[in-house]
Amino acid sequence: MRLSREGDGWAVRLAAEERELLARLAGELRALVEAGVEAGGVERLFPPAHEDAREAEELDRLVRPSLVAAKTAALAELERTARAERLTARELEAWATALNDLRLVLGTRHGVEEDPPEERWAEPGIALYGWLSWVQGTVIEALANELPHRGD
Amino acid sequence: MSQTIEAPVRVERPVGEEDDLHDRPWIVIVWNDPINLMTYVTYVFRKLFGYSQARAEQLMLQVHHEGKAVVSSGTREKAEYDVERLQAHGLWATLRQD
Repeated sequence: MRLSREGDGWAVRLAAEERELLARLAGELRALVEAGVEAGGVERLFPPAHEDAREAEELDRLVRPSLVAAKTAALAELERTARAERLTARELEAWATALNDLRLVLGTRHGVEEDPPEERWAEPGIALYGWLSWVQGTVIEALANELPHRGD
Repeated sequence: MSQTIEAPVRVERPVGEEDDLHDRPWIVIVWNDPINLMTYVTYVFRKLFGYSQARAEQLMLQVHHEGKAVVSSGTREKAEYDVERLQAHGLWATLRQD
């Protein structure tokens, strides 16, 4: 994948089959999140917000609807724009969080602990995880360059 | 809403404890996890809190090496808002009163 600055957005270079895969993965996870599924790694998207279980439950009730809305919106954006030749800053930001959610779910599902050892890269799930990490890394690099530079 | 202006009622309050409880800030903690990319965590800290690259990287490394770091603090409302934004970005964040 390659991103290059073009006007007020980015030109995206990515193979057609990789775009199809991104759209499909984003659509699948969006459907799971919308359906309120809490297994198969999806539960990792909603971690407890407090160390105390009861407090965490209460907070979850409070923020879950907007959290679900934010996550499904980002995933839908990735699904919608996966085949686009150009992306706006907003769309690319949605890619960053949607890709992160995909990696969280896939990584949890395959028991990823830090960087998977080389002998695991042959596993299809781990290979897919590695590819998503590469795509997300490219997106983050592009976005990080756009943030205002502040001194300490 | 009432517009009647009443003289403030003086209430004797024990010095210390109660004020303390209300003044103690809420803190937001980000916990280490094996999946989030280090560059992503740094990017999220910069994006959400406006931290410099150096400060964001320092916090990210603290999370990575020590397992957690306090990334923001303030009122309970602010802490809840920050936790929600961090979780919307896929980071594992919790809040508690300091």
